[in-house]
Amino acid sequence: MVINAKNLDHKALNEKLRGLSGDITIEECCGQRFIAAGMSGCSITINGVPGNALGAYLNGADIIVNANAQDAVGDTMNEGRIIIHGNVGDATGYAMRGGKILVKGNAGYRAGIHMKEYKEKVPKMVIGGTAGSFLGEYQAGGIIVVLGLEPGGKNIVGSFPCTGMHGGKMFLRSDCKGVKFPSQVTARPATGEDMEEIRELLSEYCQIFGWDFEEVFNAAYTVVTPDSKNPYKQMYVHN
Amino acid sequence: MSIEFIYPEFEVIRNESRCIACRVCERQCANEVHSYDPERGIMVADESKCVNCHRCVALCPTRALKIVKSDCALRENANWPQSTINEIYKQASSGGVLLSSMGNPNPLPVYWDKILINASQVTNPSIDPLREPMETKVCLGKKKQEIRRDENGKLVCEMTPQLELSVPIMFSAMSYGSISYNAHASLARAATELGILYNTGEGGLHEDFYVYGANTIVQVASGRFGVHKDYLEAAAAVEIKMGQGAKPGIGGHLPGAKIVGDVSRTRMIPEGTDAISPAPHHDIYSIEDLRQLVYSLKEATEYKKPVIVKVAAVHNIAAIASGIARSGADIISIDGFRGGTGAAPTRIRNNVGIPIELALASVDQRLREEGIRDNVSLVVGGSIRSSADVVKAVALGADACYIGTAALIALGCHLCRTCHSGKCNWGIATQRPDLVKRLNPDIGSKRLINLVRAWQHEIKELMGGMGINSIEALRGNRLMLRGVGLNEKELQILGISHAGE
Repeated sequence: MVINAKNLDHKALNEKLRGLSGDITIEECCGQRFIAAGMSGCSITINGVPGNALGAYLNGADIIVNANAQDAVGDTMNEGRIIIHGNVGDATGYAMRGGKILVKGNAGYRAGIHMKEYKEKVPKMVIGGTAGSFLGEYQAGGIIVVLGLEPGGKNIVGSFPCTGMHGGKMFLRSDCKGVKFPSQVTARPATGEDMEEIRELLSEYCQIFGWDFEEVFNAAYTVVTPDSKNPYKQMYVHN
Repeated sequence: MSIEFIYPEFEVIRNESRCIACRVCERQCANEVHSYDPERGIMVADESKCVNCHRCVALCPTRALKIVKSDCALRENANWPQSTINEIYKQASSGGVLLSSMGNPNPLPVYWDKILINASQVTNPSIDPLREPMETKVCLGKKKQEIRRDENGKLVCEMTPQLELSVPIMFSAMSYGSISYNAHASLARAATELGILYNTGEGGLHEDFYVYGANTIVQVASGRFGVHKDYLEAAAAVEIKMGQGAKPGIGGHLPGAKIVGDVSRTRMIPEGTDAISPAPHHDIYSIEDLRQLVYSLKEATEYKKPVIVKVAAVHNIAAIASGIARSGADIISIDGFRGGTGAAPTRIRNNVGIPIELALASVDQRLREEGIRDNVSLVVGGSIRSSADVVKAVALGADACYIGTAALIALGCHLCRTCHSGKCNWGIATQRPDLVKRLNPDIGSKRLINLVRAWQHEIKELMGGMGINSIEALRGNRLMLRGVGLNEKELQILGISHAGE
């Protein structure tokens, strides 16, 4: 099924999408927001650039974007997979609680803020290039991986990563010299055991974007984890 | 004793001639104030642990107990009240931020008590609600600005989604986690029976309560706890929480100790993890960004549910509300600085925000001036304590009121203001199973129903006295209000005349 998005606003486009199943292609997408919000049970390929909040509350659908995406990709997504063959804007995967976001290029500011996890629901985000400032702020669960492939002279991550982190795990394909982490997290070289956690994820990633798995996997990674799941416990006195 | 010693605030007075040492007080007190001394065969008390919740007083079968405020006081000083000195002692010994519960208890002005309601005399006769129909039903949501007809001249009745309330009262947001399962069950059942709505707060919706969805508002806050498609679909409306009256400008923080069992599952975070709602939504930096969240929720719920934006009453609230009214939100909820909470830093609770009366009056006025009042409904909370407060709020321009503290009091809260301890003896602000079961949802829901029905009748009587038979005719009808003891500026902001004018 092919939908031409030309001259459709977000409401009209989502109306056409709702209730469809199977493979759907959206042609001439041009900035329509909220595409596939809350949707499940279909696979959507987008040609053109989707607008903000692509796949918000996504509930199991597969989304492939053959271009860049904008802000708030996968906001509060619950299940499913979003693949971006380009860069993404700010606030990617905000409060994500399940599923995967795989980005070929770079991510803007505030990616993976307040990702969380519960039992078998562990959200995962892989950014192929570099991530902007405030990566994984308030991270409460899930796995964030930044690969720094073709970094173009930029640091793998901008300023203030992991502020307020109290759960989950972050993998940065770098020795992270020059990256300043906050005091309540530990950044250390990844062990073989750590790497096993993301082997399958990276293999999927490399297959999708055509990277050589060995080259991506066999590198020095830094793992960041929080020191406590109750980082603010000592700050209060009962009054 | 050291300088850290603070003399207990309360004294437990036990009438020894009545006490039969049945040890009910000992079993009922989660703070472990009471104990039995087998050698002497009497009950003893460690009043330093007493929070004055009156559980033992209420359950003592021989009425042998009372709790009184201690008269052991430091030298009187109007500038340095004992509470202030004690707070310094606590901070000097711990280095911690002071944490309190429930609403601001300080003697700041309560404008509701300085506003009086009109009644008909001689002309425009009053109405007796026992004999004549009175309408208290309200519909919340965006209202059409114009009447449209189709080509045959028939009215086009397309309406944006509305919330219908039998009376302009809803139970305000209190999360599962901050309050107990049985408290939520009581609120949900009462709301359903009453034809009003309750609000989940930001802790998600327990699977048992999906059946009450038609009477449920679900909240989406910065931490997005428990937010997913089914949660959004279950509800009658979705509320975006930007702020809360008890702690404007800061986020929520449910300590890991309260994230146990079902609370953990409902929030979808592991047991023992702190549930931290960041102070801002990190994807909202402007009205345009807010609009994006509003519309993402509308898209996810197929435009079938009104979206509420809740903010705390703060300076410039009128301009803020004007922005929200243009964001696509259907309802604005404003929470005044006396709003309750399960835990808030004392300094913020007692010093940040403004009274809801002034915020409401200025917002209603501003939206009218800008011709966008019908874009949104206004819901106010942050200490609505009686039916008279509801009537005054409606006359100042509110479409409905949120009640939180009043609802908890109906459930048995005695306002001891120690919710943050998690040891609520009345089974409300606790997750301890032995305490939670003290609140029976059958009784709790019945008491809430009684309260709201009683208020509904009082609202009808007050309206009838004014010669008004529909709550719609009262909304924004400030001629029905007069101020007493208010200065010119206060009267101007409230948009009312002084009594006698």
